[in-house]
Amino acid sequence: MNAKNAMASNNPRELKYSAEHEWTRLQGETATIGITHFAQDSLGDIVYLSLPAVGASVKQFQKMGEVESVKAVNDIYSPVSGKVVERNENALKSPEIINKEPFGNGWLVKVQLSDPSEMGKLLDAASYDKLTAGGH
Amino acid sequence: MSQFTPSTVERRLLMDRSVPGRRSVRMPAPDVPRAPLPAESMLRKDLQLPELSELEIVRYFTLLSQLNFSIDTNFYPLGSCTMKYNPKLNDEMASLPGMAEIHPHQPDSSVQGALRLMYELQEVLGEITGLPCVCLSPLAGAQGEYAGLLVARGYHRYKRDGDRKVALIPDSAHGTNPASASMAGFEVVTVPSDRQGNVDVEALKKLADRRTAVFMLTLPSTVGLFEPRILEITRAIHEAGGLVYADGANLNALLGLTRLGDLGFDIAHSNLHKTFSTPHGGGGPGAGPVLVKAELADFLPTPVVARVDNEYRLVAPKNSVGRLSGFHGSFGILVRAYTYIRMMGLEGMRQISENAIINANYVQSKLKADYDLPFGGRYSMHEVVFSARRQKAVGVSALDVAKRLIDHGVHPPTMYFPLIVPEALMVEPTETETKETLDGFIEVMKKIAREAEEKPEVLKSAPHDTPNTRLDEASAARKPYLRWQRNGAAAPAQP
Repeated sequence: MNAKNAMASNNPRELKYSAEHEWTRLQGETATIGITHFAQDSLGDIVYLSLPAVGASVKQFQKMGEVESVKAVNDIYSPVSGKVVERNENALKSPEIINKEPFGNGWLVKVQLSDPSEMGKLLDAASYDKLTAGGH
Repeated sequence: MSQFTPSTVERRLLMDRSVPGRRSVRMPAPDVPRAPLPAESMLRKDLQLPELSELEIVRYFTLLSQLNFSIDTNFYPLGSCTMKYNPKLNDEMASLPGMAEIHPHQPDSSVQGALRLMYELQEVLGEITGLPCVCLSPLAGAQGEYAGLLVARGYHRYKRDGDRKVALIPDSAHGTNPASASMAGFEVVTVPSDRQGNVDVEALKKLADRRTAVFMLTLPSTVGLFEPRILEITRAIHEAGGLVYADGANLNALLGLTRLGDLGFDIAHSNLHKTFSTPHGGGGPGAGPVLVKAELADFLPTPVVARVDNEYRLVAPKNSVGRLSGFHGSFGILVRAYTYIRMMGLEGMRQISENAIINANYVQSKLKADYDLPFGGRYSMHEVVFSARRQKAVGVSALDVAKRLIDHGVHPPTMYFPLIVPEALMVEPTETETKETLDGFIEVMKKIAREAEEKPEVLKSAPHDTPNTRLDEASAARKPYLRWQRNGAAAPAQP
């Protein structure tokens, strides 16, 4: 079995990706944001998560939170600019959901976009596959 | 009862062994009137202390000591930590009454021998590193870093160059570097590494400007490699008006071969508990002397030992950044480091590093077919970083490899650091291991690489032969259980 190919094909086609391993799902003008399968796999078991408060402003490619695993603490960068309208309280309470369902119930925040054109700066699934195929 | 089966470790905690009313000593009757403690001075109501006989306590702690893993029992190739053998002569010197039974409040005139030892240690550390002005007081590597950064800050302020707020730090750095820089009030800017594992010098040159206070660099780097363009790097920072700081964690690769001061570094710290064979890894305390070039001497922490008219005195440098510890540091540790350096001599210094480098490269060349080398098989300095990414592709992680090593009586190497290497395993054998020990380690690592292919489940459930098997580190971090409770109310399930 080739685990790398299996991993790459896990990146849903309809999402947009950042080079810092966050994904974005756009619905109207609201973006749901999470970290990718590749990110959670590299981090290992996630034990702590911090996210911006609802109402906070986030900026594209700027730090918006932190994720801590048994291996390391990493910054989470917002892939878009806008206002946080909802955050995943369940993931804050039980961060292991990010390991289990990174593209689903392990989402982090929903952001009301201030500049939808920024979506153009993100990668499509094929480009993100390529980015993560060679290790880091 | 299971506790009488020799192969079983009696696992109950001290508190769980407690029997009300049992005691080790009989206190004499008080010869002053009893008085209740003032209620407002009580921190809490329920101070629970274990009640046991002296023999039970002795057995408990003797058992714990038998479960210890140390360099005195097994191979301990923990990268970036330099777990070398600590010669017993060090301890013998530190326990001489003239060393062990003096008090920091004694007048300088009554401890001239101790002060002379500190003075000579300052001198010899200055000679070894080429940074001649030394303060021995920082109590650990990270405090040494902090001291060095305060010196940099003090220097820029003194020169009224107060806009220098940025500490440049490579992405491969020890986590303490950005932490110490933030503590000292600097803004941290990350410098990328290039594909060979070196500092990206072009990126560094772009980042170095009039806001640069200091560039912090570990040499050799945390991937165990020497920076081939080090002179260009230190020159670029100096041209921008900044200072260059050496994280001395990897000094064990440089002794007698090159000197930080000669390479253009201005400030460094030295972990005596790594390079100079004083105990660490729970055997501490550590010591992290800070070393600077002459023009920064006035900013060193207080105190330093000076020689005035043939007498040794503790003095405060003119523009000192202040005190970092009570008194003057971990004196017992300073005695041990001094003993080691005097015992090895100048010739020995060079031999330490040469053998450390040969040992690391021996391990590298013997294992390069079994584990990936992230930077194309360059010769290493005193430690070698492997990547278990090949094993990861079949579902076995660096963590699993490390846990399996425990079954073979080897302390796991440093894992998942540096962060720029996926599935990193950092092996630092040190100069004190024999070829036979290294060959044994190499054989085990090859066996584990085969197991990763053939029976990965053995690795994923390792270790198998220890009192505790695989620990649930994630749950322990998510739901930490920090305080004993009666009846084990919050105790995690036994494996």
